[in-house]
Amino acid sequence: MTAVHLGMPGLPTAPRGVGHLRGTESFPDAARHELRNGQLRANLGHATATIRGKRAGVVAEVPDWEQLRAAGKAIKAATMARLDEHLVELERQVTARGGTVHWARDANEANAIVTALVQATGTTEVVKVKSMATQEIGLNEALEAVGLDVFETDLAELIVQLGEDKPSHILVPAIHKNRAEIKEIFARTIPGVDPELTDDPRQLAMAARTHLRERFLRARVAVSGANFAVAETGTLSVVESEGNGRMCLTLPDTLITVMGIEKVVPTWTDLEVFLQLLPRSSTGERMNPYTSTWAGVTPGDGPQEFHLVLLDNGRTAVLADEVGREALHCIRCSACLNVCPVYERTGGHAYGSVYPGPIGAILSPQLTGVEDNASLPYASSLCGACYEVCPVAIDIPSILVHLRAEHVEAQEHPTAEALAFRGLAKAMSHPRLWHLAQRGARLGRLIARGKPTLPNVFPPPISGWTRSRDLPTPPTRTFVQQWTEEHGQ
Amino acid sequence: MSAREEVLARIRTALGETRAPVPEVVRDYRQAGNAPADAALLALLVDRVEDYRADVLRCGPEEVGATVRAALTRGLGEGWAAADVVVAPGLDAAWRPDGCDVDDDRPAVQLADRAAAVTAVAVAIAETGTLVLDGSPACGRRALSLLPDCLVCVVTVDQVVAGVPEGLARLDPVRPLTMISGPSATSDIELQRVEGVHGPRQLFVVLAG
Ligand code: SF4
Repeated sequence: MTAVHLGMPGLPTAPRGVGHLRGTESFPDAARHELRNGQLRANLGHATATIRGKRAGVVAEVPDWEQLRAAGKAIKAATMARLDEHLVELERQVTARGGTVHWARDANEANAIVTALVQATGTTEVVKVKSMATQEIGLNEALEAVGLDVFETDLAELIVQLGEDKPSHILVPAIHKNRAEIKEIFARTIPGVDPELTDDPRQLAMAARTHLRERFLRARVAVSGANFAVAETGTLSVVESEGNGRMCLTLPDTLITVMGIEKVVPTWTDLEVFLQLLPRSSTGERMNPYTSTWAGVTPGDGPQEFHLVLLDNGRTAVLADEVGREALHCIRCSACLNVCPVYERTGGHAYGSVYPGPIGAILSPQLTGVEDNASLPYASSLCGACYEVCPVAIDIPSILVHLRAEHVEAQEHPTAEALAFRGLAKAMSHPRLWHLAQRGARLGRLIARGKPTLPNVFPPPISGWTRSRDLPTPPTRTFVQQWTEEHGQ
Repeated sequence: MSAREEVLARIRTALGETRAPVPEVVRDYRQAGNAPADAALLALLVDRVEDYRADVLRCGPEEVGATVRAALTRGLGEGWAAADVVVAPGLDAAWRPDGCDVDDDRPAVQLADRAAAVTAVAVAIAETGTLVLDGSPACGRRALSLLPDCLVCVVTVDQVVAGVPEGLARLDPVRPLTMISGPSATSDIELQRVEGVHGPRQLFVVLAG
């Protein structure tokens, strides 16, 4: 790891007062009441265990997974290194094929652009494909503020919208709700729903189909995000399962796509890597049911008016940080959430941002500036599971340590926690110090006297930490020592 | 400064005056080969498509028309009428059920009135069980394979490739493409897969040759 390198001062972060990147309370406070919700924990534990198993199965059957992962990482790094050139090429290609490209410095500007485009069509209804970027900027609230009706069409988003809830997962925003809770929401909020509706997932899915069918058929404007945009051809891509995406991308007269600037990839060939990595990592399927691609406007097929909104909203500030910029490589698969022991216990709401879990812990504070999400880089045990599963090999633990160090640097009067992490960051970036620290941990075995956890005998400030946690007795040998003994060098 | 100029300027600031060289992309994963589809590859395609709970019907090159009709019977039941079925305008005449409706330039939403659609494909990817439609006359416009509740796709063996790289290499990125892997589905309720949401709830693949 390189020494701490502070982000470039001066590049604007995502503005306050708009969108959903900041919580109303710190992660530890939010986590404390989320942890009291036993139903939430049960729902999450069940769902994440299911998806972890599926992912592991379909990843194991790909013989060149590690090569694909390395290629995915390299393509993203190469793209970021010339991001301006790829965006200009994307703009040229989309424009040449009949689309219109808009640039937005931040959430407010993107919301204003989309609102004006929708109003210009004269319609009052908008159908939406699930998109992280539009959640991030709070587009629905902006459209509703001028009296437009916005319909989320992804099943999980619909559950969240009808339940007046907040999304808690990147891929399955209603992962914190179980079937019985979903049935209750549908029965209460969908007009004319079958009174015999049960909590069978098939019946619930059919209720959503019926509810949205008419809306799709009469929709004149749709708003989507994009998973990828190919610079050399101007091809946009949306990866989905239910067909609601296809409805929105195909039936309306006007399509408005809002995309973070980091979603561009240079070539069509690059998609062959990501279309293998993404579905297996996200839903644990060999391929998701539907992937749509389009370039500009096609006469006689689909929307005849296409707008692409390219969104910064703090991304260039992330790009300026040589260590932290890897967070922009994320393809939003959610695999890191599903393996994270912290996420599994607290759920997504505790993170306060639309980007929860390990990726959220490194992305949200960088988009907003670390001072606005200061507790998020600490929302991790640095166990490294997120890095292991990440399809583009983002080194999330190292970036967490880097951001903690940055947070500490930024404080005039460092807290005890800050001092401890400053030491940890230093130790972790210097192998010799790290080994020394690990040897120090063996002292802990003496205090434990053979018990599995350490007694709470530590003086402040360490007691503040051990009060709410069982500190495991350090093992007799470190992992690296065991590995070396068993496997040689 | 316009938003465009400003965002580009920010990127240039972020990347610095003297830019680092572009990292090399090593593509040592399995890439596009041109091996013709053998029996094992076809068996893999069938296995993978069926794994999504779609139905595969295999037939000789001369039996496509009859097999399409058999697929429609499975999907719509014995009493289906040709008028319930709409086909892509460029679909091989020998594959069309007699008297069926051929898609024209009617408003796309009217396709929702039809019970089933029949189309060709551009490519089929065996490893992932994926059919790709490319908006050509034989595949039809995107709404055709979306609105009717039962979709029948005819795949010929020369269209079958092993993996995603081979598949994408055969496609034109400027056309509107739809990659279909099984019937529409959701895993949004307790991550349990349920087939059939907004897209066709039934998918039949006629594999010819
Ligand atoms: S950080 Fe990696 S694992 Fe997490 S959502 Fe992004 S791509 Fe997936």
